[in-house]
Amino acid sequence: MSAACLDIRNLSAVLANGQRVLRSVSLAVQPGEVRALVGESGAGKTMIGKAVLGVLPSSVHIVEGEMLLEGEDLGRLQPKARRTLIGARTALIPQDPLTALNPSRRIGPQMTDRLVRILGWSGQRADARIRQLLDEVQIRDPDRVLRSYPHELSGGMRQRVLIAAAFAAEPRLIVADEPTTALDVTVQKQILRLIAQLQREHGTAILFVTHDLGVVAKISQKVSVLYAGKVVEEADTAALFAAPQHAYTRALIAATPRYTDPLASLKPVDEAVLAGLAAEIAAAEQAWRPPHG
Amino acid sequence: MLLQRFLIRLLTMAITLFGVAVVVFVVIRVAPGDPIAMMLPPGATDADIARLRALYGLDKTIVQQFFIWLSGVIRGDFGTSISLRQDVLGLVFNRLPATLELAITALLMAVAIGGTAAILGARERGTAVEAGIDIASGTALSIPDFLWGLVLILLFGVLIPVFDISGRVSPQLDLPFVTQFYLFESILRLRFDLTWDLLKHMLMPAVALALPLAAIIAQLLKQSLKEVLDLDYVVLARVKGFSETQVILREALKNAALPTLTLVGVQFTFLIGGTVIVERLFSYEGLGNMAIDAVINRDLPLIQGIVLVFALLFVLINLTVDMMYALLNPRLRHG
Repeated sequence: MSAACLDIRNLSAVLANGQRVLRSVSLAVQPGEVRALVGESGAGKTMIGKAVLGVLPSSVHIVEGEMLLEGEDLGRLQPKARRTLIGARTALIPQDPLTALNPSRRIGPQMTDRLVRILGWSGQRADARIRQLLDEVQIRDPDRVLRSYPHELSGGMRQRVLIAAAFAAEPRLIVADEPTTALDVTVQKQILRLIAQLQREHGTAILFVTHDLGVVAKISQKVSVLYAGKVVEEADTAALFAAPQHAYTRALIAATPRYTDPLASLKPVDEAVLAGLAAEIAAAEQAWRPPHG
Repeated sequence: MLLQRFLIRLLTMAITLFGVAVVVFVVIRVAPGDPIAMMLPPGATDADIARLRALYGLDKTIVQQFFIWLSGVIRGDFGTSISLRQDVLGLVFNRLPATLELAITALLMAVAIGGTAAILGARERGTAVEAGIDIASGTALSIPDFLWGLVLILLFGVLIPVFDISGRVSPQLDLPFVTQFYLFESILRLRFDLTWDLLKHMLMPAVALALPLAAIIAQLLKQSLKEVLDLDYVVLARVKGFSETQVILREALKNAALPTLTLVGVQFTFLIGGTVIVERLFSYEGLGNMAIDAVINRDLPLIQGIVLVFALLFVLINLTVDMMYALLNPRLRHG
């Protein structure tokens, strides 16, 4: 059996005050697979993505667990080696395309800098590669886009640019951090379709962070449901929607608005379910002892 | 569009300078002290005084005097210095290069020291290094430039005499210069022996002027960098594999520099103001040193000339800062 693209084992992270924000999280993303990471805001799903990419805020500390990227234990690498490995094998599609591009740099160099400066490609090769990717994300006037500053492009265009840049270096794993949340509803669908299409064509594994079960159903093969930093259920996407095992998952699915009958389906997660979750978390917390006292 | 903006700026500059001219002209005439009384030996007759007064045009009303002076200024004639009996414009231009070299050296030092400290502090944020930088910049900032001058004279002029504490250049040296920009010209002529001698005279006053500004740059730029370093595009750059130093230099610095640039523009004018006392302290033959003499001697035309040149400098600095701001900020360039 080949190694998983990403294998997170028993990962716990704490804030400075000792509060646990990730509770012994384990999840794996197989090569070429899309795993959705779903949960409410504050559940820690973005935190997992950031931990994998080595960009956790300085207030969050990993206290136990391992993260293996294609079999390499990220925690055991020297900072420089880890940085280079992450730069070469992973990419991030960020949440907000408006803030994820440097306002004072032209698009072109922002898209090619990883290829040239981290991977050591020639400028020509990087440029050709970027143009190919811009074509794949259906940008028809690459010359203008590459010369532009971010503020000269629309939000949808910027997200296309960021998607193209993410796929350009053929990473093995992409972390997509709610990539459609900041966009207009009409643009959301196009962008989602684009990510799905590029993912299929390039065979890239994606850790897809979202709070939207509709998105989960459309794009992923596997799902991990996260609550308060704890994975409460994981399953094949189809199985999860067909027969959700955990009460919280059932409540989440029930709370998802449907276009056919938006008001009827809009109900909050049941109090009893939340109480059950609180008990579950408290029990886990009782059992957990931070390593090194 | 651009031309229109430029013309508006030019008009604003002219109005500013006119305002400065009026204020300085009135103030030095209202302030006590009579230049004529200082020129004549004790026991001069009233007739002598009146004749000298008429010679310098000081017998006319203040309004008349102003317009006589202004029409001269417009023609490039700033009058004759009362104490030195030479053409004011010639005197000012003779001294201005020394002050400009000092001020620009100090500015470059402040940017280099402050910028390095800011980048280092931002990279090592939250560590003892950052705390050390905060303490050092706090100290540098709370001591004014002239006091730094005295401290430096004591340290490196008296205790460990490595630098010269007085003058602009060693008097016994043969100077081949055709301009007054000695430092600049010595480099161009590849006379590095002279460059070194000039620097030995200039470094201490320049450091005295630079330290407070360096501290301001260090604190403000570090703060801006730390804010920018939390932004999404910086996080994205880290994911791409860039080191923290690369991230700061390539992604953060340009965007973080804008607020600092504005402040440095303002502070640079203060720095030039500071040259007046610091030049005096180090007997540096610049415009500021001459300004003090001019004030002591109640040399009205010379004071007016010097102040007007300082005002012109300030206005030009502001213009430069505005242009650099537009250059650094692509959103302004298209707006």
